[in-house]
Amino acid sequence: MGKVKVRKGFQQARWNEPIIYEMSTPGQRAIYVPQPDEEVRAKAGDVLAGLPAGMRRKELPNLPELSQKHVLMHYLHLSQETMGSNICHDISEGTCTMKYNPRVNEELVAVPNFAELHPCQDEDTVQGILEIYYRFEQIIKEISGMSRVTFQPGGGNAAVYTAASTVRAYWESKGELDKRNEIITTIFSHPCDAAAPHTAGFKVITLYPDKNGFPDIEALKAAVSEHTAAIFMTNPEDIGLFNPRVEEFVKIVHSVGGLCFYDQANANAFLGVARARDAGFDMCHFNVHKTFGTPHGGSGPANGAFCCSEELTRFLPVPTVEFDGAKYYLDYDRPESIGKVRDFMGTAGVIVRAYAWTMMMGPDGLRECADASVINNNYMEKKMMEIPGLSSAFMGNGHRRQEQIRYSWEKLKADTGVGTNEINNRVVDYGLPHYWTSHHPWEIPEPMTLEPCETYSKDDIDEYVETMKIIAKEAYEQPEVLMAAPHKAASHKRNDEESLDNPEKWALTWKVYVKKHGNK
Amino acid sequence: MKKKLGLIVNPVAGMGGRVGLKGSDGADILQRAIELGAQPESPQRAKHALEKLLTIKEEIELITYPYEMGAQEARDCGFDPVIIGTVERGRTTPQDTVKAARDLAEQKVDLILFAGGDGTARNIYDAIGDRDVPVIGIPAGVKIHSAVYATNSRNAGEVALLYLQGKIKKILDSEVMDIDEDAFREGRVTAKLYGYLKAPHEERLVQGLKSGRTEGEASALNSIADQVIEDMQADVLYIIGPGTTTRPIMQKLNLKFTLLGIDAIRNKELVANDLTEKQLLDLIQGKKAKIIVTVIGGQGYIFGRGNQQLSPRVLRQVGKENIIVITPRNKLTALGGKPLLIDTGDYEVNSMLSGYYRIITGYEQTIMFKAE
Repeated sequence: MGKVKVRKGFQQARWNEPIIYEMSTPGQRAIYVPQPDEEVRAKAGDVLAGLPAGMRRKELPNLPELSQKHVLMHYLHLSQETMGSNICHDISEGTCTMKYNPRVNEELVAVPNFAELHPCQDEDTVQGILEIYYRFEQIIKEISGMSRVTFQPGGGNAAVYTAASTVRAYWESKGELDKRNEIITTIFSHPCDAAAPHTAGFKVITLYPDKNGFPDIEALKAAVSEHTAAIFMTNPEDIGLFNPRVEEFVKIVHSVGGLCFYDQANANAFLGVARARDAGFDMCHFNVHKTFGTPHGGSGPANGAFCCSEELTRFLPVPTVEFDGAKYYLDYDRPESIGKVRDFMGTAGVIVRAYAWTMMMGPDGLRECADASVINNNYMEKKMMEIPGLSSAFMGNGHRRQEQIRYSWEKLKADTGVGTNEINNRVVDYGLPHYWTSHHPWEIPEPMTLEPCETYSKDDIDEYVETMKIIAKEAYEQPEVLMAAPHKAASHKRNDEESLDNPEKWALTWKVYVKKHGNK
Repeated sequence: MKKKLGLIVNPVAGMGGRVGLKGSDGADILQRAIELGAQPESPQRAKHALEKLLTIKEEIELITYPYEMGAQEARDCGFDPVIIGTVERGRTTPQDTVKAARDLAEQKVDLILFAGGDGTARNIYDAIGDRDVPVIGIPAGVKIHSAVYATNSRNAGEVALLYLQGKIKKILDSEVMDIDEDAFREGRVTAKLYGYLKAPHEERLVQGLKSGRTEGEASALNSIADQVIEDMQADVLYIIGPGTTTRPIMQKLNLKFTLLGIDAIRNKELVANDLTEKQLLDLIQGKKAKIIVTVIGGQGYIFGRGNQQLSPRVLRQVGKENIIVITPRNKLTALGGKPLLIDTGDYEVNSMLSGYYRIITGYEQTIMFKAE
């Protein structure tokens, strides 16, 4: 029995840090750039003279004006107000596969020979990174069973969009795009499996689950037709259930001529266990940035590996990385290519880290990663189910969960008035990060989705469960504590939920904020 | 200036439920309920809601009717209400609810908080109709099908609090539904959509309790209407069912719309408003027709509630393949895994219409959903 260390004494730094623009003082400067000597000035002439008029600013850019020290202070304060994955146990962020990312791989990408590469360099001078791309493609081909892989997409959604573009190109090449205009997905697949095809111009049909929580196969039969272009499905789905009839799904879609795309964002459950191609899929993708041991997209640059069958390789984005027996090179001569889905070759840093991680793990290690993450999750589920007021999606359907679970605080809410939002505000008081509820709208009431990846120890899981137990007990005994949470965290409650949903109100930049809300 | 809050408690709401009477409307039934030992439910629930408002006690003027219609509950919670109107203590009637709602509207209250069931909501609707008085219901009755009710009494208080504090600004037309209680007690369910009252809406507190954040209602309705109009075929008669989900279709086409009735259009021109079953049968005779309906009443019914004009004969003639179901996705989520329901009164037609529907939930977005 390990030490269970619930962090009751946790207290996060709370700076209540203003937005940097709000601290701007006219005239303050972080850097005064020294003026060039007369001699330099005379030699250089008017360096801006060649700049076209249309590219010249008429007004100074609206930048905040602060001293260098205040800029540094500001960002240090902000860094202390986060609950990032390496500060605490990020079991919280279910579906995000927040496993520990080995530091040694950070050293690798910081090596100047790699870090100083420029994507416009001549092929002859970048043989090393091209070799890594080429070798990593061979590995991903083996893991997925597919014929080719591109690492150009800048994340999971971009890889799914690449799949949608491939489906479009495929039907266009057959002259049937007008008729093949529908893509089917399932409600517990990642929402990008609906959004990306929609963006690519397809109509979307979403399947709801049957009574056991699996995608309703009868609904699929009712949905397929001569208009079906493809199915885009995640498996295991975001509630942690692996669809045991996945091959039947593929057969049904193939029977009407449609293509099948496997969203493998949740691949941690089956690395080295099951292969998309073996189940009949024509395409799949991996979130390289999470499954293969590199920081998740939200906390680092992302990369999506898009994989396809031989028949679809002609549509891959350009360029592909090829090897002629002596030299690695980029192939742009692919007339049926869907074009580019991102500048250059995607996020090279992620590929280097992932390649290093995969080589370190080896084939057996990948299988062990899947086994450990599934065992961790099932252990955690058993412990979590002792907590009063907690249940899980489609509990008792007789099927084990894979690497994650969507729990539900529905009963606790009915018993105490304390729901998942309040508990989420409370977990940070114990030094745990805010957890993932689910996509909206909540199909499972009062949801909480947790994923104890293979890198968390039994002690880590025990600590997490123990904290949840304490919080559930608080909900029954002192609900007012939870209603007012968080008490020890940097962040305050959102007081205006609508700002997240209403396009009239939301703002991702200061400029937009001022435009929508006025300068206040 | 202090905000004015009107309070109405229907003290007998819910009394029938515990003794198995499926409702408390009608003097005879109430008498039977009391004989069976029924206890008042709504005063306690009203108090749960009022307790949520104690934090702003000094900032509001609470206006209510005497005795058990609000005054008693308000005082028990520590409020000092302004009391208007007269009632006979211990013998209040639905007419008192109507009178109270009318008087409170006259007083220009900012919000009416009321405790009761579907019958009470109807009484309030009878009194204030389309007037611009926001209301929020504390669910205390046997039948709660109307959307003006919060999900429980404390949430009703919470919605009232946030609205009076100006934190909820959105007002939605919310359905007032009721069923025929005489029929209901005999085991037949026939529900009717009586109209709409204006209720403060906060996704997080009303729908949000069940389904989290959702796409804004207005934006969803807008994109559904765009899809329906884009799909419309020439020379086909479109029969438009009642409700706020179908309304934007007619609004976008600049056509007169019957909120509680059935309209028909062809080639984007109005054919007729507020049709009866007979008129519908005449219209579709030998013609190609499609029916556009939404999920009515929050329970998942697509036929048999609020649109009885779409009778078994009409439905049989139009056929399942010509039925277009539209709804914002959050209405499906709120069903919590239950199927859509069909209750036309004709077993054969029910079974003909059961099966999967490809429901339009947005522009180029559909959901396969089962109806039973």
